[in-house]
Amino acid sequence: MAIEPAAELATAVPEAIVAEGGGTRVAGLAPWRIALRRLRRNRTALAFGALFVVIAGMCLAAPIYAEQVAHTDQFKNHLLEQITIDGVKRDVVSPSGVAIGPTYTGRFLLGADGNGRDIAVRLLYGGRTSLMIGLSAAPLTMLLAIVVGMLAGFHRGWVDAIISRALEIIWSFPVVLLGVALGTALALGGLKIGPLQIDGESELIPILIIAVIYVPYLARPVRGQVLALREKEFVEAARAQGAGSLRIMFSEILPNLSSTIVVFFPLIVANAILLEAALSFLGAGVRPPNPSWGTMISEGVDRIVTGPHLTIVPGIMLVLAVLALNVFGDGVRDAFDPRAKVRVKHR
Amino acid sequence: MKRFVIRRIISMVAVLFAISIVTFCIFNVIPNSDPAQRLAGRNPTTGQIEAIRRQWGFDKPVYTQYVKTMEKVFTGDLFSYVNQTDVDEKIIQDAPRTFSLAIGAAIMWMFVAISLGLYSAVRAGKFADRFLTVLALIGISMPVFWVGALMNYYLGFKWNIFPNGGYVPFSDSPLQWAYHLIMPWTALSLLFIGVYSRVLRSNVLDTINDDYVRTARAKGLPERQVLLRHVLRNSLIPIVSLWGLDFGAVVGGGALLTETVFDLQGVGQYAAESIGQLDVPPVLAIVMFGAFFVVVLTTVVDILYATLDPRIRLT
Repeated sequence: MAIEPAAELATAVPEAIVAEGGGTRVAGLAPWRIALRRLRRNRTALAFGALFVVIAGMCLAAPIYAEQVAHTDQFKNHLLEQITIDGVKRDVVSPSGVAIGPTYTGRFLLGADGNGRDIAVRLLYGGRTSLMIGLSAAPLTMLLAIVVGMLAGFHRGWVDAIISRALEIIWSFPVVLLGVALGTALALGGLKIGPLQIDGESELIPILIIAVIYVPYLARPVRGQVLALREKEFVEAARAQGAGSLRIMFSEILPNLSSTIVVFFPLIVANAILLEAALSFLGAGVRPPNPSWGTMISEGVDRIVTGPHLTIVPGIMLVLAVLALNVFGDGVRDAFDPRAKVRVKHR
Repeated sequence: MKRFVIRRIISMVAVLFAISIVTFCIFNVIPNSDPAQRLAGRNPTTGQIEAIRRQWGFDKPVYTQYVKTMEKVFTGDLFSYVNQTDVDEKIIQDAPRTFSLAIGAAIMWMFVAISLGLYSAVRAGKFADRFLTVLALIGISMPVFWVGALMNYYLGFKWNIFPNGGYVPFSDSPLQWAYHLIMPWTALSLLFIGVYSRVLRSNVLDTINDDYVRTARAKGLPERQVLLRHVLRNSLIPIVSLWGLDFGAVVGGGALLTETVFDLQGVGQYAAESIGQLDVPPVLAIVMFGAFFVVVLTTVVDILYATLDPRIRLT
């Protein structure tokens, strides 16, 4: 997570001076301090931020749970086995193919899937995949968008024209349609750019696709801000001191973009997780048998009549994680830039 | 106005051109996906494959193939690589289903989102506002195919409240048409209601303290009229532009998840299936079809904009 405000602030500002509009020290507070303080006061946002951390922690602990509690792993199937619940022996998967529902005991806590795999174990491992994809795609989006947006906004002219047109083309595709097309194509052929080779099965493919698709949503506001910032006096001062373009971009302009970046980050992670699920549902994301929340929902939907828990369980985890990020992100936006119109579409 | 429309048309053609190239490239860089082999069916001889390659023009350079395919998109004799069906015919056959989905869902999400957003803004900071905010965020956080699958199972299959799939044309029976579409409409609307109600809420809060609203109150207008005639009308402008984009995307097959999960057999589902089979012609045609609607609706919205707010000039 980008920000962990509470601990740092507790020592920084005594409560007495905090009152809005009063006292001389308030006027001297850095914008980040003010924003972090606002965020710290927003209990709901913090609670949901904590929820996300808890979910992520649980997923990280997947191997421990699998070994110590469930005594299985994410791929092992127990098709022909029986387990004893309250003294009654039951098939993990009945001869007619119906998987066992939640047992609420150590083994098969949330039931089994059609292949006799432990849902709870797969849920945690799947969460690792989904969160990993979200948490790697978002920084990549940020990086690309900042570079592209700064170049376009700073250099203007033909650089801006080319970059803006390219962004507009990505923007004109419906998100899911472009994602599925790229996902299917790249999964078959893999990706080869010079020395960089990515295998079609790799999880790097969905990460890359998701990262590229969301670039315009951040690059456009960044470009707009840079266009305004480059005319400011401090940029002129830096130039008068003899600073070059790169230096001005990194040490003068970039710090001024930080609040935009911080505001967008949790929202892009949330949308990246949702898009991964959508791509996996359409067979263009994570490859089975690797679990992710998206592939688990997709497998569950095929068997919803015999085992609705196969759809419900991964869906609830996904919604909780995304909701946590959205509420936290909302709080971050209110704290850093209450009037910002931040939107990331996914249709 | 005239200049604006002409400029828009030029930029529209440019965007469509670029989009078609990108789509064509995505599918032409894949190794081991020779369409001639798929057209030839099972166990073809080398001679058959060669013949098909020549007949369909796969032996030509990529740019010639592109030009030929694009020609076919517009003349209407574009055929699928997989089952040789006429692509444009299939799109025309599927379009009413997609349009039915789009129009119903759009009415639903606009109506609900405007009511909830306005109510939320009037009650800003109170319990109702917070409750609605949480609901909106939940709506944004749910994957549409998950909601759709659960609705299908519980409302359609288990409790039998709504028909489980199927589509009845509007001309056959408007009532049955709506009855069969109500689940897809709801599933698709949830996300948009979440987004739109929050955008509207913040717009209303921005305008509600403006001078002209105070004037309206001061001259004794009832609160209802102040809200509906003065506040809402000005807050709607950004919503209208959002709506143009989203409605255009759904009509153009952008709601492929909703269509797939409810098996609506619309344009979006056709796109999803064709992509899965690496069937380039339908994908190309649908992407053009979709982008066309997005661009046209954005233009219409911009013109609407200028009529809603005379201060906006079209350039």
